[in-house]
Amino acid sequence: MTEQYQTIIRDGLWKNNPALVQLLGLCPLLAVSNTVINGLGLGLATILTLVASNGLVSLFRNHIPDEARLPVFVMIIASIVTVIELSMSAWFHELYLILGIFIPLIVTNCAITGRAEAFAARNPVGPSIIDGLMMGIGFTAILVLLGAMREVIGQGTLFSEAHLMFGENARYFTVIVIDDYRGFLMALLPPGAFIGLGLIVALKNVIDAKHAANVVTHVSPVNSAQPEGQK
Amino acid sequence: MNAIQKHILGIGLMLAVFAIGSSGLVVITENATRDKIAENERQALLNAINMLITANEYNNDILSDTIEIKPNKQLSTTKPTTVYRARKNEQPVAAIFTVVAPNGYNGKIKLLVGVYQTGTLAGVRVISHKETPGLGDKIDDRKADWISQFSGLGLNKPEPSQWAVKKDGGQFDQFTGATITPRAVIQAIKNALHYFEQNQTDLFKEHDKAPS
Repeated sequence: MTEQYQTIIRDGLWKNNPALVQLLGLCPLLAVSNTVINGLGLGLATILTLVASNGLVSLFRNHIPDEARLPVFVMIIASIVTVIELSMSAWFHELYLILGIFIPLIVTNCAITGRAEAFAARNPVGPSIIDGLMMGIGFTAILVLLGAMREVIGQGTLFSEAHLMFGENARYFTVIVIDDYRGFLMALLPPGAFIGLGLIVALKNVIDAKHAANVVTHVSPVNSAQPEGQK
Repeated sequence: MNAIQKHILGIGLMLAVFAIGSSGLVVITENATRDKIAENERQALLNAINMLITANEYNNDILSDTIEIKPNKQLSTTKPTTVYRARKNEQPVAAIFTVVAPNGYNGKIKLLVGVYQTGTLAGVRVISHKETPGLGDKIDDRKADWISQFSGLGLNKPEPSQWAVKKDGGQFDQFTGATITPRAVIQAIKNALHYFEQNQTDLFKEHDKAPS
């Protein structure tokens, strides 16, 4: 795998994670991360949209006039979202009934316009699609993590209502983490989302700081000229 | 035409090309999916109806045998709603219609109720609500079976005084931390039963003689 792809993967999943670093797409992120299944649903729909929009924007990048690029991005994204919504309703109607409410939320996800502008408009189709995929997975991972935190703290379960997404057999996926839990409503309501996301961002910063400190102490005796933070 | 004007015109044209292209994509998809989506929605509606009244209790085309009723105070509806009539061998069996509980904890709760000719409830399902997750949303059959206890009940079963949550001296459980939601739902179901009793004959009339 070339170095460029490695950078794209690292950026999307960690270093430039759309939810933790760019802090884009907060509206859907905060709105539907109250359970793991909800988070996963929105995440999957976002991945699909990001991959398609990055691919298309990149494909036409040499034809999009620079001065009018934003309206063009918006048109491309809006039509992709509509096409995905219609196709899902036609061929995966059960899934559509669950995820349908999330799909219009994707249009409000500025992470998608952001990637079109920052990456796909300047790079060939292959890397753009990988970028969309990785950013999408990075976003989904945070959604699921936040969903898990809020679900456990809020209602003491994990994967509740999995049958809405995976069919009747998935009813048994639900894990009751804390028996006879009275629930902590705030975790399920919007404040819980803000606090939870804040904690995850803080955790990432702590990990990064530790990592940077390790690298610095490790490297400095050998090459003290290397500036801090460039790893 | 000078250079700037040409440049602007060029941008406008490209914008138009992209607009045509992206709306074209939507049009093609819409065309390809329209019939399938209509069929899916029909099936989903039929499934919802069959949760209230089983498919072998009627043999008419229930999705076509409908009437519109005007917005109604008793049902708290603000828009015309559709009544689905179940018949077996031309004989009325049950009516399925919408009732709204206007006083939920977070606004309106929309319910679909099925009522047999005898005035007994075939079943009740919540169609849409905004109740608090984890508390009031137990009225949703996907979260708890609370709503299924109403099947088989009627205006005099239990006694009218028992048509309330336990906290108000009735026989129905409220939820821990949420009394307003079940109270609103119970009231709405009772309203629906009263409406049915008063309009029963009209509800099964021909299409053009809808009751108001």
